[in-house]
Amino acid sequence: MTTQTQLSGISLPPKRSWTTLALWGLGLAVLAWSWQGVEMRPGLLVTNADNMATLAGDFFPPAFGNLGHYIEQMLVTIQIAIWGTLLAILVAIPASLLCSENLVPWWVYQPVRRLMDATRAINELVFAMLFVVAVGLGPFAGTLALFIHTTGVLAKLFSEAVEAAEAGPMEGIRVTGAGRIEEIVFGLIPQVLPLWISVSLYRFESNIRSATVLGMVGGGGIGVALWETMRGFQYAETATIMLVIIIAVTALDMASQFVRKRFI
Amino acid sequence: MSIPTIIVEQLNKNFGHSRVLEDVSFEITPGEIVALIGPSGSGKSTLMRHLVGLTCCNRDRGGRVSLLGREIQASGRLRRASRGQRCRVGYIFQQFNLVNRLSVLTNVLIGQLGRMPRARALLGRFSDEERQRALQCLARVGLEGMAYQRANTLSGGQQQRVAIARVLMQDADVILADEPIASLDPRSAREVMEILERIHAEDGRTVVITLHQVDIARRYCHRAIALKDGRLYFDGKTSELTDARLKTLYENAGLDELRAGSQPDLPSPLREPSYTQAQAPAPAQVAHT
Repeated sequence: MTTQTQLSGISLPPKRSWTTLALWGLGLAVLAWSWQGVEMRPGLLVTNADNMATLAGDFFPPAFGNLGHYIEQMLVTIQIAIWGTLLAILVAIPASLLCSENLVPWWVYQPVRRLMDATRAINELVFAMLFVVAVGLGPFAGTLALFIHTTGVLAKLFSEAVEAAEAGPMEGIRVTGAGRIEEIVFGLIPQVLPLWISVSLYRFESNIRSATVLGMVGGGGIGVALWETMRGFQYAETATIMLVIIIAVTALDMASQFVRKRFI
Repeated sequence: MSIPTIIVEQLNKNFGHSRVLEDVSFEITPGEIVALIGPSGSGKSTLMRHLVGLTCCNRDRGGRVSLLGREIQASGRLRRASRGQRCRVGYIFQQFNLVNRLSVLTNVLIGQLGRMPRARALLGRFSDEERQRALQCLARVGLEGMAYQRANTLSGGQQQRVAIARVLMQDADVILADEPIASLDPRSAREVMEILERIHAEDGRTVVITLHQVDIARRYCHRAIALKDGRLYFDGKTSELTDARLKTLYENAGLDELRAGSQPDLPSPLREPSYTQAQAPAPAQVAHT
């Protein structure tokens, strides 16, 4: 009885308010609207099942005749990802410091952030097409495309880590009389390094996946072979290429997991 | 008569609308060991941060801080200084502020950065003599055996001793310690205080320590400066910190916290007596040189 009277004094919030219901309604409306937009017709999966079965059948058995060539192309793809990511990391480090609120005034971080937004907004395939015009067909164009796009992504992720870093250790170094750059090198970088490494490895993994399609627009790597075999309806060859990609991507994901664990 | 090591003149500081420091002025002569005391929220840490330029005072009331004959800030603007000048002041934080992922030895060597050639400092290429000296500094705080551990594997008391070793490495003439023992257990606190006292006695460094335990201030420091509501309440020998004075210093501390959001410099009948009492008996500054 006493608890009852005590509780009556506190007003509990209503379990489900009208705003919550309205938000649910809005969410469902967006889903329905998008369903229209993407012309979702699941029925086709059933009616065209025969076509798909034929197509799937064409992939088997995979043709291993050109396996050596595909492996070679996969290695080029990995090389594109390595240099595309490495160049991006090198540029993203200073760029990320220049987009961090806690390090530079607004008239520095605002323009740098907008520049990084721009490089991030354009997909690497688009950059690849532009670089093919500039430096010709081949892996170099693909590498540059990955480099530019990844710089934007890493600069944002790096600077988020920088802004979340503790100010204390940096103040501790500032008051010893060390300069601003020493403060960053000794007080900030050790704090953010584990996250930077982890994010860079993740981007390396995803760049390998991106690099496998760069060849479709002339950016070099295994994408060239993928595109040619698909356009020539040589699906048995396509199947081999896909297997090579799956194995390579899985192996490198595992390798980068291993590296991540060692560093963090 | 030597030049004062620390000169604070007419320091005012507002955070938003609340006044944290109001017309604080004092001088500290070379070789003194001074306790800065007062209830929490009285402005001790803010004052300490002003001394090294981590915080700037209000621009309109013309406050001034100088250390070792060099102006740190005036009227809320920091004065630029060379690294060589800045590294003559060492600072110890309540939260230690070591770099957790670096080794204890590197954390101590950071104290040397301000004195090294720029290129060598940036690359972190410390010489053998510097490493040797860092080990000696660690030995003075009793941690030579832990030089190669990561800083965050140490206990709080040990981390604070590493921070002191960093100040020793800096070879600073003035050591400012902001609540150095507030987050430590009693035994570690005593060790840290004893180390600070030893540095003061053996090396003749000027030491300023903010404390909230008055008995510790009495035991280790000759002089105390007390702040209350951002104003200088007492400045004199710790032996003159009578119980009556302490009682007024700490009285209605809880009440002030409740009123923290309100305008602090409005005349308040509750606080009036403490000020009138404070102004009258506070003895003139005592030098210990």
